[in-house]
Amino acid sequence: MTAATSILKSGTTLATIAAICTALVAVTYHLTVDRIAANDKALLEQSLQPALSGVFYDSGVSESRLVIEPPHELPGSEAALIYRVYANEEPVAALFVVTARDGFSGPIRILLGVDVDGVVTGIRILRHRETPGLGEKIVSSRSDWVQQFAGRSLGDPTLTGWAIHGDGGEFDQLTGASVTPRAVIKAMRDTLIYFVAHKDEIFAAPATEDES
Amino acid sequence: MSSGGLVERLQAGVWKDNPGLVQLLGLCPLLAVTTTFVNGFGLGVATLFVLTFSNALVSATRRWIRDEIRIPIYVLIIASLVTCIELIFKAWFPMLDRSLGIFIPLIVTNCAIVARAEIFASRNSVGASIVDGIGMGAGFALLLMVIGAFRELLGSASILSDLSMLTGSETFGGLSFADNGLLLLILPPGAFFSLALAVAAKKAIDRKRREQR
Repeated sequence: MTAATSILKSGTTLATIAAICTALVAVTYHLTVDRIAANDKALLEQSLQPALSGVFYDSGVSESRLVIEPPHELPGSEAALIYRVYANEEPVAALFVVTARDGFSGPIRILLGVDVDGVVTGIRILRHRETPGLGEKIVSSRSDWVQQFAGRSLGDPTLTGWAIHGDGGEFDQLTGASVTPRAVIKAMRDTLIYFVAHKDEIFAAPATEDES
Repeated sequence: MSSGGLVERLQAGVWKDNPGLVQLLGLCPLLAVTTTFVNGFGLGVATLFVLTFSNALVSATRRWIRDEIRIPIYVLIIASLVTCIELIFKAWFPMLDRSLGIFIPLIVTNCAIVARAEIFASRNSVGASIVDGIGMGAGFALLLMVIGAFRELLGSASILSDLSMLTGSETFGGLSFADNGLLLLILPPGAFFSLALAVAAKKAIDRKRREQR
């Protein structure tokens, strides 16, 4: 066999196998694509739920998304998201997805729910890289730490009270981790300040279209 | 080359030539995801599937694949299978997929899989290769589960804590024995200690067996 036919043969084999493999992936993709999209949407609605405790609403939350591109006055240097929540077409609450930049090991992505009166309806940690067993306890499945914020607002406590006990504030810290709670509380406070200042624009703005 | 009996092949995968314990292959996922039993189980089963199917495909195509292009073909086959598994996980076990994160796509880089394709599947019949894949995959999965259970029990003082990721229902949230465990075991060094203990335990058991004979 000459070199040319040998290369041709190898090339054909490779191309055939590549085509078969691509077909395999394409079929699997078609079988799963709808389920995955439904899962993603359900997961989003479900993950927003805990930040809306006690809020009655009748709107689909995921459709009301507002994307605030940086630079913005909200915490974090990446794009912030705001989901508007309505009941009978009246605004009842807003959900903020913001980033606390000064975590112990990198940024912490936070979901914060605020009702129209500026009262916190719940907070959850969406993404973090804090130390397991220590800073990790900001996550609701690891400890009750995030529960203490529901029902609080900018006047309750006052601005200086939005800090951990160790810094003269009114909120619990975590054993062995004070950097993490400090970062989360600061981001919450700044988000609340933003909400109070921009409330009307937030609810009036049209939803950001998906780019796809 | 003899492929050995069915039982022997399975035994080789699970015990004698266990990819994790003896060949020390695929350590990156092994060390990274075994913080809980459910994580270990999920990645173990995913690896088992990929290994079995990749062995079957490599073996089925072994006669018309020339030596010089075999490696890119293994990579193609394994990468496609992993992509399929990832899509299936995203569709039917979304929570587990989120928990395992990057380690599902990283099954591609698990050298245990290429190693079996090269050492075994490319030289043996489809049937024997499937058995080999199941044996080796089961050996790897069992090791992930044992280490996951060990680290979860001692490190978090709980067991089966993320079971809802597999079943999708919240009826059983696992057992918890204390607020805090031995933190070291959940952190990366704990993975190395646990694996070392597992390797040592296997050697000790083997030696005891030999002495008894």
